[in-house]
Amino acid sequence: MTLTLDGVSKVVAGRTHIHPITLTLQKGTMNVLLGPTLAGKTSLMRLMAGLDAPATGRVIWNGDDVTGMRVQDRKVAMVYQQFINYPSMTVFENIASPVKLMGESRQEIDRRVRETAEMMKLTGLLDRKPLELSGGQQQRCALARALVKNAGLVLLDEPLANLDYKLREELRAEIPKIFERSGAIFVYATTEPEEALLLGGNTATLWEGRMTQFGPTPLVYRKPQDATTARVFSDPPMNFLDVHKAGDMFTLGTGATLAVPGPLSALSDGDYTLGFRPNHLGLDDHSESAMAFTARLKVTEITGSETFVHLDIDGARWVGLIHGVRSLRPGQDVRVYLDPSHVYVFGPDGTLVAPAAYAEAA
Amino acid sequence: MAKITLDNLAHSYLPHPRSPDDYALKEMNHDWVDGEAYALLGASGCGKSTLLNIISGLLQPSQGRILFDDVDVTHQPTAARNIAQVFQFPVVYDTMTVRDNLAFPLRNRGADPAYIAERVDQIAKMIGMEAELSHKARGLTADAKQKISLGRGMVREDVNALLFDEPLTVIDPHMKWELRTQLKSLHHEFGHTMIYVTHDQTEALSFADKVVVMHDGGVVQIGTPQELFERPAHTFVGFFIGSPGMNLFDARIEGRTAVIEGTEIDLGAGYSVGSGRVQIGVRPEFVHFAEAGQGVPARVRRVEDVGRHKIVRLDVAGREVNAIVAEEAPVPDGVGAIRFDSDAINVYVDDWRLAANERGRT
Repeated sequence: MTLTLDGVSKVVAGRTHIHPITLTLQKGTMNVLLGPTLAGKTSLMRLMAGLDAPATGRVIWNGDDVTGMRVQDRKVAMVYQQFINYPSMTVFENIASPVKLMGESRQEIDRRVRETAEMMKLTGLLDRKPLELSGGQQQRCALARALVKNAGLVLLDEPLANLDYKLREELRAEIPKIFERSGAIFVYATTEPEEALLLGGNTATLWEGRMTQFGPTPLVYRKPQDATTARVFSDPPMNFLDVHKAGDMFTLGTGATLAVPGPLSALSDGDYTLGFRPNHLGLDDHSESAMAFTARLKVTEITGSETFVHLDIDGARWVGLIHGVRSLRPGQDVRVYLDPSHVYVFGPDGTLVAPAAYAEAA
Repeated sequence: MAKITLDNLAHSYLPHPRSPDDYALKEMNHDWVDGEAYALLGASGCGKSTLLNIISGLLQPSQGRILFDDVDVTHQPTAARNIAQVFQFPVVYDTMTVRDNLAFPLRNRGADPAYIAERVDQIAKMIGMEAELSHKARGLTADAKQKISLGRGMVREDVNALLFDEPLTVIDPHMKWELRTQLKSLHHEFGHTMIYVTHDQTEALSFADKVVVMHDGGVVQIGTPQELFERPAHTFVGFFIGSPGMNLFDARIEGRTAVIEGTEIDLGAGYSVGSGRVQIGVRPEFVHFAEAGQGVPARVRRVEDVGRHKIVRLDVAGREVNAIVAEEAPVPDGVGAIRFDSDAINVYVDDWRLAANERGRT
């Protein structure tokens, strides 16, 4: 079982919402669509489902061209951000409704509803109405309705966005287990990098209607092909520094110079953008080859176990995520350190020139 | 700006409450310091919105008083309290331009036009909407509209307090960083008393000077992010703050030794445990691996790569226990046991934290 998008695009009133995307999703996989609002996640899902017809390209399901086929005739289930249940029906009737529409026998309906309810931990709640459930249980009910159809393709559009933080944490851990058992192709849209990492599977990063990369989630995270992917797949966003390399010196935008550290010395002379994630910036100099910068501290945010430092470095903004609790006064200058093995090097057009050494080792 | 006093305050939505369970907000007495930023944190239904509505005057408490700078405002309508509010979903005038939306609260109070122009420019810069000032609000995205709501909430400098009710729900993660940083800088600059309601621990911890953790209609702890992380006063705080939350183990305690699953653990200090359910709590950050026989027996179930660190899911006597390890630290083969940093262990009796006897004494 596979779903292939072959050069699929979407154009609305002359404006391109989705630039041509070619992509194959395999049976029994979790596929995350990661990107900010308006990146095209929902548009892409609607094309996959058959809710919208593509402007160009073909949608191929198991080798069959289903491009023009109506959504009703495809084995597709979709879950939205808003929990959609029938308020007047019990949880049992809600879960049963898609199977009823398929014309299954009463025994079969009963069997499937109970099996799915068990999987979604709703067994004790089958006689309740949706409004008598907590938000998390309501969304479980909506998820159960999607799963009970045994659809080959299950599309989840930010399904946890409206839930409390702790409930999200719990369901996030459960969803990969559920999908392992169902064998369907799962597509999961989210704006949050951490959610993508927790879900695992594959991730497609989206930016302004373009798919920038697709591959195993940890690989896309550690080996982004370009600066856009790196930015999308980093929260807080990746920090960047434009440099010009000449010999063994980097010249920064301000004219300041910096010795090129050993691991980056193999780069040929020219213009580059260095990128690194906030958690790799440190306040302590613990590596001999570390690059050191002086930055103005704008704001600190203590999260309990970690401290975010928001920095102004010659007009550019960096964020550092420092382990432990640091009491620093905003407005002061601080020395920050960066191990060059955590630095991604991008060319002037944003393509990756050299991956971070630590990611290569991982 | 004002000090806010909650005096003997409680609220029930029932006309004749009988037991504590009938109260959505249980009796509380607090002074909230002028100029501090407070976050009200808790799951849905914990009473945080009830409390906010009482402070804003949308709701009359069934018991007690609320004072702004020692003046009783319990029965004052919202308009008389001189507060600014920002809600979960954008409240903007679609037919007005962004500029007019931002200027509205100032014009309403007859402020000087030159001052209004200056202040609106300042706010527009802060929310990053200088380019859209002349656009009509209609047609803007939800997060752009919410930025206008935030900007309008902050446009007046003379308010008693700024109240935010989950204001970043509809904002993209990347933008959340920006706006939170802006709010924080603004707080440093103007020293507004701010009250920020959220269910998101990251948001609460990184925004607030003091976090008010609510559970079941009551305040379980008011503390700095560091206090909530290191010394949770209640098991709920341990669970709710931190991702994943604190691990809890049923234990037997004698003096400075706890016994978990037959293993003796040094607590680093003595405790005088009375009767009740005794547990020790250890955050995943302070759980370390050991060989079998060198600690509490444990087995690795699953490792989740979250990017900047890994969450290791362990099985301890059939229950899930979490450990957090650094991104580049390996999870050793053959983990047979876990041990804890002794100064990071907290002792709970019937869910409330028990203070240690004086260090050195047992």
